[in-house]
Amino acid sequence: MLMSILVFAGSSQFIAVSMLSTGAGALSIILTTFAVNLRHLLMSSSLAVFLGDATRRKLTLFAYGVTDESFAVNHTRFSRKTWSLNRALVVNHTANLTWIVSSIIGGYSGRFIHQGAFGIDYALTAMFICLLIFQLKGRLYVLTAVIAGAVAVILSLIIPGSSYIVLASIIAATTVLGLKKWGAR
Amino acid sequence: MIHPEVIWVILGMALVTYLPRWVPLVFLSRRNLPRWLVEWLDLIPAAILSALLLPELVTNGTPRHIALWQPELWVAIPTFVFALKTKSLGGTVVIGMALFWLAHSVT
Repeated sequence: MLMSILVFAGSSQFIAVSMLSTGAGALSIILTTFAVNLRHLLMSSSLAVFLGDATRRKLTLFAYGVTDESFAVNHTRFSRKTWSLNRALVVNHTANLTWIVSSIIGGYSGRFIHQGAFGIDYALTAMFICLLIFQLKGRLYVLTAVIAGAVAVILSLIIPGSSYIVLASIIAATTVLGLKKWGAR
Repeated sequence: MIHPEVIWVILGMALVTYLPRWVPLVFLSRRNLPRWLVEWLDLIPAAILSALLLPELVTNGTPRHIALWQPELWVAIPTFVFALKTKSLGGTVVIGMALFWLAHSVT
């Protein structure tokens, strides 16, 4: 619950829990969280375009709620020019409140579900499968995913721990970007 | 009750979650990132998700070894097809869990 209040980032919370349960180190969990949430850097950057005249205090409040979902909603509305920062703030913090309340309910009711029931171990894997499909927006993304997956499997066999996730991602994205630039010349 | 290291993990996560959202909003209000960086960042989520997923499907144990004949891998195939057809996150999770449960009760 503390995690839900302070972190508000679904996928990295799930990843952190699964990494904690396999005994991963604090640093590698934090680094993975950082890497997973790097995409919000991009989202915030593109939202910033619409918020040139906003006060720093409001932006600080707003930043907390920048997630994949709230970004999708707010960015669409902002680009139609029918939106204000105040409305966007309501969207972000309603989503956040729901998140925290659901986490509390989940935390208390979770104990009644015994381990391994209903294939719960597979919930995360299935979620990653679907989130990955959302990300495959073209051939270059598919290529990136294939390289990252292959490199990750190889690295995971060689190095213990979970640093292979960040390493493989950086290698894959850099390779594909390099190929793209080289192909464009 | 909670292990102190867990608190540190959560605080660290809070910091690295919040800062990447805050910094661009406040400092990049009008400036743009270099194009290559935008393109690179755009590829990162697909890379990370795949790097998280694939070793989970085809390896097992500590130290890890290749394990192709495990339910993790073959349940992933229909789950993948379902996600591709429906684009439904909730539905995919339910289907994946149900198939995995089934695979475990059969074996």
